[in-house]
Amino acid sequence: MFEFCADPSILPDWQWFACYLTSGTHLAFYRSFFVVMLLLAIVAPLALGMGLLGALALRSSFAPVNLLGRGYVNLIRGVPDIVFFLFVPIALGQGIEWVLHQINCPDWDQPVRQGNDFIVCREAKMPPVGASAWARNVYAFSMACVAFALVFGAFVANTLYGAMRAVPHAQVETAEAYGMTRAQAFRRVVLPQMWIFALPGLSNIWQILIKATPLLFLLGIQDVVFWARELGGAKTSL
Amino acid sequence: MKKLTLATAALALMASGALADDVVRMGTEGAYPPFNFINDNNELEGFEIDLGNAMCERAGLTCEWVLNDWDTIIPNLVAGNYDTIIAGMSITEARQEVISFTQNYKEPDPSRYAALIGTDPSVIDNGVIATQSNTVQAGYVAETDADLLEFPTPDETIAAVRAGEADAVLADGDFLRPIVEESSDLEFIGEPMHIGGGVGMGLRQSDDELRATFDAVISEMKEDGSLNELLIEWFGEDTPTF
Repeated sequence: MFEFCADPSILPDWQWFACYLTSGTHLAFYRSFFVVMLLLAIVAPLALGMGLLGALALRSSFAPVNLLGRGYVNLIRGVPDIVFFLFVPIALGQGIEWVLHQINCPDWDQPVRQGNDFIVCREAKMPPVGASAWARNVYAFSMACVAFALVFGAFVANTLYGAMRAVPHAQVETAEAYGMTRAQAFRRVVLPQMWIFALPGLSNIWQILIKATPLLFLLGIQDVVFWARELGGAKTSL
Repeated sequence: MKKLTLATAALALMASGALADDVVRMGTEGAYPPFNFINDNNELEGFEIDLGNAMCERAGLTCEWVLNDWDTIIPNLVAGNYDTIIAGMSITEARQEVISFTQNYKEPDPSRYAALIGTDPSVIDNGVIATQSNTVQAGYVAETDADLLEFPTPDETIAAVRAGEADAVLADGDFLRPIVEESSDLEFIGEPMHIGGGVGMGLRQSDDELRATFDAVISEMKEDGSLNELLIEWFGEDTPTF
């Protein structure tokens, strides 16, 4: 980075440190902090959205929707996160490729699954064949965001569902007495008031989300953990 | 002048991009010197990186390197996230059930035990042995009477020995040699032994064409001696050559 770094062995301390702390790996390490913060900025609203949908499904009196919501929330809360983080990106990626394969290559005669291999035609590859490394990174990162949003959405759904039930029933009855429909009462009375009950739970989930970001590393994204391990590893003169 | 060179290079790239076949994506671990590792400039380096680039050049392929954790390196190959594994992977029967290999580009290297200086060699039979998980060495220790302690990265196995968590580490001699030579607290114990087959490049079982291409290039490089040059450059004069 600096010109005097050509031969670090003869440098006085502070210049040596200046060279060391600006090496390519260190710069990548600093960048990885922004990657994690970007993930948090994207996942937090996504998970809140998923959670709101999940909570609405849990409240629904229409049996299939209610079952779907309960299935989603309980399944994801019950299965270890790490399993989902390994499963969602691979399954979702293969699902997308399979759909594209069905659309683009109807006359493909070989099976998609050959033994252990998952083979789709050239047009169905996701990211497309010839995509730049940058595009591939963005794709992998979006997959990670989806996985995080799905998992944390389930926790948020349960918190919001509880918060909605905590709004005093008399409030809803009063709203209905004023002639509001159920939907209006929900929008104007329940939804605004439930946040105060949801906040403690949501702040818990936010903290857990921050602490769960090292799982990014499992998905092959070079996050803080990856670089910390890389920089902390033993070095030889190779 | 620099601009001109850049422009020419860009033109050449565009032309070859239009002509050449798909990009071959090469998966590697990037944490196993001298086979493959990340240098201070955040670039991949090592024997396999040089070899891979040389092979792609000879085969006229455009290659791109992909980093992947060792534990998930086979599932991601099979799922199609990259096309080859070139990460110091020994050719074993168990792996051949899931993926296929090219011929070996490196003779089997004896595995060695390394321990703190002064450790009694009997720990090999009844002590705690650290290995990287999912390696031939881990499989070997599991068969002996010693207790197996697995770690996801090779680096952690060395740290475990230094911390006294394990009595010795079992790993490829090529990986351990520079570490033992450059540290004042470690030494080899016991005899070198052959565990795995040679090291080869892993591919999907359905990718016969690509395997044939790389097989042919490896044969060619074995014959004209360029592979031996690379082996000696990275592993020293004593390494077995072809």
